[in-house]
Amino acid sequence: MKTENRQVDEITGTETTGHEWDGITELDTPMPRWWLIVFYVTIIWSIGYWFYYPTWPTFSGEGERGGTVGSAEWTQYKQLEDQQAEIMAVRAQYQQQFESASFSDVQSDETLYAYAIAGGKSAFGDNCATCHGTGGAGAPGYPNLNDDDWLWGGSVDDIYQTLRYGIRSNHPETRFAEMPAFGEMLSTDEVSSIAAYLVEEDASNVSVGATLYEENCAVCHGDTGMGGQDFGAPNLRDAIWFYGGSKAEIELQIKKPKHGVMPAWEDRLSESTLRQLTIYVHSLGGGQ
Amino acid sequence: MDDGQPPLKLFEKKERIFPKRVWGKYRQIKWVAMVALLGIYYLAPFLRWDRGLHAPDQAILIDMSSSRAYFFFIEIWPQEVYYLTGILILAAIGLFLATSLFGRVWCGYACPQTVWTDLFVWVERIIQGDRAKRLKLYKSKWSFEKLWKLTLTHFLWIVIGMMTGGAWVFYFNDAPTLLEQIIHFDVPWSVLGWMVALTGSTYVMAGFAREQVCTYMCPYARFQSAMFDKDTLIIGYDTERGEARGKHKKGESWEGRGHCVDCTACVQVCPMGIDIRDGLQMECIACGLCIDACNDVMHKLELPPDLIRYDTTHMQATRKQGIETKLSIFRPRTFYYAAIIAIVGAGILYGLLTRSAAELHVLHDRNPLFVQLSDGRIRNGYDIKILNKTLEDRIYSLTIEGIEGAEIRMQGAGQQDATALPVFADSIGHFRAFVTASKEQQKRKEVYFKLTDEQGEIALTYESVFVSSKP
Repeated sequence: MKTENRQVDEITGTETTGHEWDGITELDTPMPRWWLIVFYVTIIWSIGYWFYYPTWPTFSGEGERGGTVGSAEWTQYKQLEDQQAEIMAVRAQYQQQFESASFSDVQSDETLYAYAIAGGKSAFGDNCATCHGTGGAGAPGYPNLNDDDWLWGGSVDDIYQTLRYGIRSNHPETRFAEMPAFGEMLSTDEVSSIAAYLVEEDASNVSVGATLYEENCAVCHGDTGMGGQDFGAPNLRDAIWFYGGSKAEIELQIKKPKHGVMPAWEDRLSESTLRQLTIYVHSLGGGQ
Repeated sequence: MDDGQPPLKLFEKKERIFPKRVWGKYRQIKWVAMVALLGIYYLAPFLRWDRGLHAPDQAILIDMSSSRAYFFFIEIWPQEVYYLTGILILAAIGLFLATSLFGRVWCGYACPQTVWTDLFVWVERIIQGDRAKRLKLYKSKWSFEKLWKLTLTHFLWIVIGMMTGGAWVFYFNDAPTLLEQIIHFDVPWSVLGWMVALTGSTYVMAGFAREQVCTYMCPYARFQSAMFDKDTLIIGYDTERGEARGKHKKGESWEGRGHCVDCTACVQVCPMGIDIRDGLQMECIACGLCIDACNDVMHKLELPPDLIRYDTTHMQATRKQGIETKLSIFRPRTFYYAAIIAIVGAGILYGLLTRSAAELHVLHDRNPLFVQLSDGRIRNGYDIKILNKTLEDRIYSLTIEGIEGAEIRMQGAGQQDATALPVFADSIGHFRAFVTASKEQQKRKEVYFKLTDEQGEIALTYESVFVSSKP
């Protein structure tokens, strides 16, 4: 630094930088010694760091994703693997027990039950919540898994089967049901009177509706309208309407029925994840 | 600078203080206080207190991993940490009361900074000799003697620091187990970290910072002046009697001069490095060592003691008029402080004595808010937490009130019965409950969960809601 114009400030005894702006000069206060020491130590530290850790990018890509390897041979990927292995090790003891336990074993064992619920809940959030909602409450067209009304059965085995093979899915083992489009077979008035019969509307065409029901619907939904879980026919006499319970909505479903698809999860999720999901869904309140 | 003023100083450079050894009444009290306080600090974690099978048997323990604090018969859960607030209030007001009664007695005798500094000075004196020798050694050039004396001093300081840090962690872990781990060099990292940090802070604070802590760092030293009044006990130099000071030869008359012989004994023993004859100063921690030193000199000169003494400004003023007054301890502020302590203490005691043996928390499900069942009824889900604060396993019964015909059903591992919910000793039981009822007119209706136990010791109610339709 230029030494000309540098003066010693009388008050502090420190040199000025030699610069002057309208009579104002600047003190050239040296760095505090402790600060300098820390600064030099960090420089020395960094040299060791270069050798110990992967630090420098290289063209050839010596390290896992390019760059120097470092004597510690540490990478984020390895760290992630290690941490995952740690978690898996903690899980392993429960996982083993869980795999060899039956559904009823798991449901009566506090630890395994908690393990299954925790795993099932997170798998549910990842895979099922998109359609069924995070709380499993469903939406029109997507079944509510909390209630006690099941299209294909609400026992653990039924739920497991549905999860594994799906409904109307592309899996060969899938269960399948199709409500015919009665709009092509019945007149609008006829459909209307069946709907009136189902919602128990006090109208003259209810008895007409009853007869039409017996002829067209009772085969699947039963004489009393209680449905059948063996072939996925909804109960028409309970308070729950899958596609809406108003007369108009029922008419629409008779004329041109919607058919929801539940995918088969067998190929996408592991056996134990499926079992955890089963227990979780069963625990939501409607399990039979 | 032209006006001849000394250069501006923002921070006074630390002058190293070498307090001289002193004998006397107050020094004696200080030794006793030091031994007693260090004894409590080091031995308290080893006290045992039987709490049965389900809780640790350490009398004083802050158990971070299972979030419990134990103090003899008291056990505190994290949500009861407000007791700590009460204890802190008690500590603060207790300090105020002590100040109003005896001045800075805490600073002089009981503050850890004072106690540990005293201990470090004691070590320093044993290795390096008394004040004159230490001063000489300090100023001397490096030599073998200086090297080994300083090395040994610092080594012992670090050892004391390690013991301090080592004792601290005993309050957070089972002391005998941890001691064994320390002996076997098998200490958890978290514990080791605390030990190292506290070793360092003890070494720095008691070895180097010393009186600077009281003068520059301690807020108590500063705001204490707000609590001082004419009746506060301070260290006072009797100016009337002492001045005019000056050297005195044996056999000379005491006529026409003061009793202070300007021997500077009071300055040499002062751990704060001040001259008490300059009057009351913020730095003075009222330890009384200058009194001991001066009385020693007065005794040798065959003069009456107490040229420097514990005094109050009021007593000093009346003494000038020839009236000796007594220390007035019972002043309004003493009563105020005592009253606050009594009220807060009674509040804590009441809280502890009426502490419920259990707690109930009910959280209504947010998703789904309610479930429509096939028979037209409505079901709501709840997360139930039962805190069993007793040290034995208990069975609780949960019922609901407020909704006609409502049924409660538990969902969990195995068959759970709402009237027999088991919760282990000293732990929290988590449960899922489903309440089913016919559809209510109100969208949201209050529902009351009642918890009782077999012993009939508790009857708790928790208000929650029952949702029947979308809001």
